[in-house]
Amino acid sequence: MTAAFARRHVLATDDWSRDEIELVMDQGAAMLEVLGRPIRRTPALRGRTVVLFFAEASTRTRVSFELAAKALSADVVNITTSGSSVEKGETLLDTVRTLQALGGDILVMRHSASGAPYFVADRVSGAVINAGDGWHAHPTQGLLDAFTLRAALGDLAGKRVVIAGDVMHSRVARSDIHTLIPLGASVTLSGPPTLMPLAWRCGQAPAGVSYEPDLDRALEGADAVIALRLQRERQEAGLLPSLREYAHVWGLTEERASRMRPGAPVLHPGPMNEGVEIEAAVAHGARSLIERQVTNGVAMRMALLYLLAPAAEVAA
Amino acid sequence: MILTNVTRIDADGRSSTGRHQAGSGTETVDGSGLLLLPGLIDLHAHLREPGFEESETIATGAHAALRGGFTTVCAMPNTQPAMDAPGLVAELTARARVARGARVLPVAAITRGRAGHELADLVELAAAGAVAFSDDGDPVDDARLFRSALEYARGAGRPVFEHSQDRVLSGRGVMHEGAVSADLGLAGLSPAAEETAIARDIAIARATGARLHLQHVSTAAGIDLVRSAKAAGASVTCEVTPHHLALLDEWVAGSRRFAWEPVRGASPPQAPRGVPYDSATKVNPPLRGEADVRALWAGLADGTVDAIATDHAPHASIRKDVEYAEAAFGISGIETALSVLLMAIDARMGELSVVVRALTSGPARVLGLALTDDAIVVDPLREWTVSVEALASRGKNTPLLGRRLRGRVVAAIVDGEVRYADPAWKGARRAEAVAR
Repeated sequence: MTAAFARRHVLATDDWSRDEIELVMDQGAAMLEVLGRPIRRTPALRGRTVVLFFAEASTRTRVSFELAAKALSADVVNITTSGSSVEKGETLLDTVRTLQALGGDILVMRHSASGAPYFVADRVSGAVINAGDGWHAHPTQGLLDAFTLRAALGDLAGKRVVIAGDVMHSRVARSDIHTLIPLGASVTLSGPPTLMPLAWRCGQAPAGVSYEPDLDRALEGADAVIALRLQRERQEAGLLPSLREYAHVWGLTEERASRMRPGAPVLHPGPMNEGVEIEAAVAHGARSLIERQVTNGVAMRMALLYLLAPAAEVAA
Repeated sequence: MILTNVTRIDADGRSSTGRHQAGSGTETVDGSGLLLLPGLIDLHAHLREPGFEESETIATGAHAALRGGFTTVCAMPNTQPAMDAPGLVAELTARARVARGARVLPVAAITRGRAGHELADLVELAAAGAVAFSDDGDPVDDARLFRSALEYARGAGRPVFEHSQDRVLSGRGVMHEGAVSADLGLAGLSPAAEETAIARDIAIARATGARLHLQHVSTAAGIDLVRSAKAAGASVTCEVTPHHLALLDEWVAGSRRFAWEPVRGASPPQAPRGVPYDSATKVNPPLRGEADVRALWAGLADGTVDAIATDHAPHASIRKDVEYAEAAFGISGIETALSVLLMAIDARMGELSVVVRALTSGPARVLGLALTDDAIVVDPLREWTVSVEALASRGKNTPLLGRRLRGRVVAAIVDGEVRYADPAWKGARRAEAVAR
């Protein structure tokens, strides 16, 4: 391994190089080995404090980070707020000042507003890991998806991955794109036009990304598919006629999945709406790597915490 | 004072170099390399008083205006309370007189409380000194009420300034809908939300024969609509802002490239890169793409655009130091407008004569007012850095912070009196002594 990890924060992977992504994935592989031991713990981050600041409901990602931090022997502090900061009368700036005063080496944050981690990273001395901001980015999910796909498919160069569903409102889709493209994969987006950014349908999609509204055609010969969660409120917002129709036209069924290359895997960031964007038989079938994603998520988050820790030491 | 060897440009854009009187006094000052322009008129500024004095006051706004070269500013009525009663208009006028900054012309609200439900007392407001009516910040959503407003304004001999936006279509958008909003995961403001509103507003104006002035047109299609309405003889005027003439939606992602600068490589080294999601870039209408910027300049060149207005929207930091989606819309721009426009002219985006007209005779015509003898002296080569300290406005919310600009107002003369003089300008210091 030649490259060193020189990032101070992990806010998005949109400007990451292939080398950086591979460095983190290789570190993740080492962490996966730690998780396979009878005692799943290393002392790497002993004496360090990881603050989990979740300003939006999340169990899966928060627990994943907590397990990762604890497996590295870090001290973990949870700060959970609900609702928008404006409703509570406490602004994000107030919270940031408190977090800064409390200290902490690494701040892991989830927020409903796109860009909130940039606001925070600009104002605290510790390292910041974005655990999901609005519709913008979820870099640890992007990295764990790429890691999971690499384990299943080998080198991702030349592979074609379908991302199906509500891309517009999906930070997972954006981070998957920003991780898979540098690794040499191409991405086909599929889903209703109302859930796809207009510019990406009109020839201004990022390099390597295309849009195919017909899911059957998108899946034809693909190497993998990532199904996205459909929020039920999209129907109320007038963005789709009915969940029933959505499931019929864009739901991932076994029949559709079989249009991919033989054995092509199925991923989903969870939590799933079985019977809407994905059929139960696919979610729990032979192609599904959905449970692998959960395990890999802990390993990748361990890798990032570990790689960011030296920077945190300098900043402290 | 008398300026020798100065290049004077009049309100019709004609230039002549030589000896020119500026304001009262007979002190002679070397004007070599300087521009003498008519005092600029800003059709669109938010002075925030009463109600939001932490963001701006009539006095701070009127002095910031002078530093930007604007000797006349139209104050938008979205104050608290809204400028919807004759007493408030009279109070504004009185405070502006005491402030002794730029002349402040009150624009009164179209609807009571700017709530969009019933007309304000437009005849009485005009009698109290309102030069125009506007619910700026918001459109008048109700088309029937908008029609009534135009009929009444016509009777009162005043134009209606409309912020054209279909708020159902624009929804919860916070920036221009395009490739940048897609990348950043921010809700987009569709350009169509401006275009459909402009089309509605023009149709109603034509039906009533009233004078309609469209504020801050920002889209290519919006300019096209105004162009064809004018060709058809409608009594429609429009303005564009300096930020829509110079900045791009990519600024929200951290770019700080002016619309005329190359995408990469040859960017000037002093151009800093901003952080993504800087709420100083959040403005409504939003910063658009290059095609829109070019269309605005084309509209200026062919006379479709009548005026350049700043939409100076100062905000206290508490309204901007928040998540992008929560931040207030608006850029504090009255002090940077002229510099940015002069830089655009240097980059051949437009002609100096056209820009001067759009800042003087153009807005005067929109208001139906005669030009004054107010004047400004500009050093077109003087460089300065935009900073919190350099801005007289209480609003420091500009994405130009840290940016080096070229072109600076060195003196502003109102009513024959030098009301602002750059302390670093020797000639101005002497002129000021004479004025006293």
